[in-house]
Amino acid sequence: MSTGPPGSSVPDGTGDDAVVPDDLGPGQGAQADAETGEPAPEEPTHEAPTPDDAAGEQPAPVDPAPEAPATGDEAAQSATTEPEAPPGAPASAGRRRVGRDPLAAALIGVLTLLLGFALAVQVRSVGDEQVLAGAREEDLVRILDELSARESRLRDQISDQRAALRELAPSDGQSSTALEAARARAEEIGILDGTVAAEGPGLVLMIRDPNDVVRVADIVDAIQELRGAGAETMQIDGARVGVSTAVTGVPGDLAVDGQPITAPYEFVVIGSPQGMETAMNIPGGVVPHINSRGGSVTIVPSDRVVVDALRPRDRPQYAAPETDD
Amino acid sequence: MIPILGLAAGVLLGLLFDPTVPLWLQPYLPIAVVAALDAVFGGFRARLDGIFDAKVFVISFVSNVVVAALIVFLGDQLGVGAQLSTAVVVVLGIRIFGNAAAIRRHVFRA
Repeated sequence: MSTGPPGSSVPDGTGDDAVVPDDLGPGQGAQADAETGEPAPEEPTHEAPTPDDAAGEQPAPVDPAPEAPATGDEAAQSATTEPEAPPGAPASAGRRRVGRDPLAAALIGVLTLLLGFALAVQVRSVGDEQVLAGAREEDLVRILDELSARESRLRDQISDQRAALRELAPSDGQSSTALEAARARAEEIGILDGTVAAEGPGLVLMIRDPNDVVRVADIVDAIQELRGAGAETMQIDGARVGVSTAVTGVPGDLAVDGQPITAPYEFVVIGSPQGMETAMNIPGGVVPHINSRGGSVTIVPSDRVVVDALRPRDRPQYAAPETDD
Repeated sequence: MIPILGLAAGVLLGLLFDPTVPLWLQPYLPIAVVAALDAVFGGFRARLDGIFDAKVFVISFVSNVVVAALIVFLGDQLGVGAQLSTAVVVVLGIRIFGNAAAIRRHVFRA
């Protein structure tokens, strides 16, 4: 700009008038030289780079007088402008004002309009997004480097995660299988132990005892025979029979695990119906024995019986599972 | 008055049309804008000093823009475009600061 060298900071706030012309003087003075000397040839060369600034119209006369005379008192302190000042000063002092020249005003208007336009466009384009298309080669290379570094970092991360996944997946599978197995085993044991309700093919065995002749030993015999014939679980009058089940009492006042049972004694048994029925009826077995003593036994095989009486789970007080590992 | 009107109208137009900057112009536009801003500040300062010359302003505006773009272009050709545009921006920034200081002295007398 015509405002002279960049180091034009005013040294002293009080000396405005003295300082400013020094800063601006050289630029203005040089410009004035060109104008006063030969206005027409100079202007086209200056305007050439920007055709849209109406270079063709520029040759219209611009006031040839240097700027300095307009503010003569200030310019007088500037050594460079002073020599040029005297010739044009008297004639053009009044005409050298902004806005007097419509062409200059139009040019200024166009230029500032362009500036505003470019400013807005640039701000908008920067705000829009990071436009890689306009970036320089080295910037692009740097961005690419960053991206590839990031990519390799992410790839490492992926492979780490994959390894962790591989490590975890089988153990998870194993543990879930083990869990399944343990669960199934627990159910089986629960059925045997009487802590889980069970259903399946079996039979219902009814012992009628009108004369109170059935003893504890008969009940125990029946249980043993049924077990021997493949009974998996059973209940007697709503009392589940488990491993540690005890039959107590005297004829007519029996109890299973302390729970009284009354005639007719109803055995609900899960197991092979045919096998158990045969076992009950063998000579010298449970049924003939009870019949011979005045009781009676009826056996009803069934495809599906439900043993739903439960025993409280026995928590071993002293024994603990042996842990090998 | 005209410059302010022109600036405002230009900003409005730019926001209104929102054109895409051509690819070849993208490295130079910001530099050109800064250079033009420097010219505008200088012109404003000259106006306050009472020595404003429309022709000087126009020529300095244009030459500022052209030279700045040229330097950046040259830098791009030499492979130091980023550094040179930084240099241009720094220099122009210093000049703008200087002009702004002079304007401040005029306006606030301080």
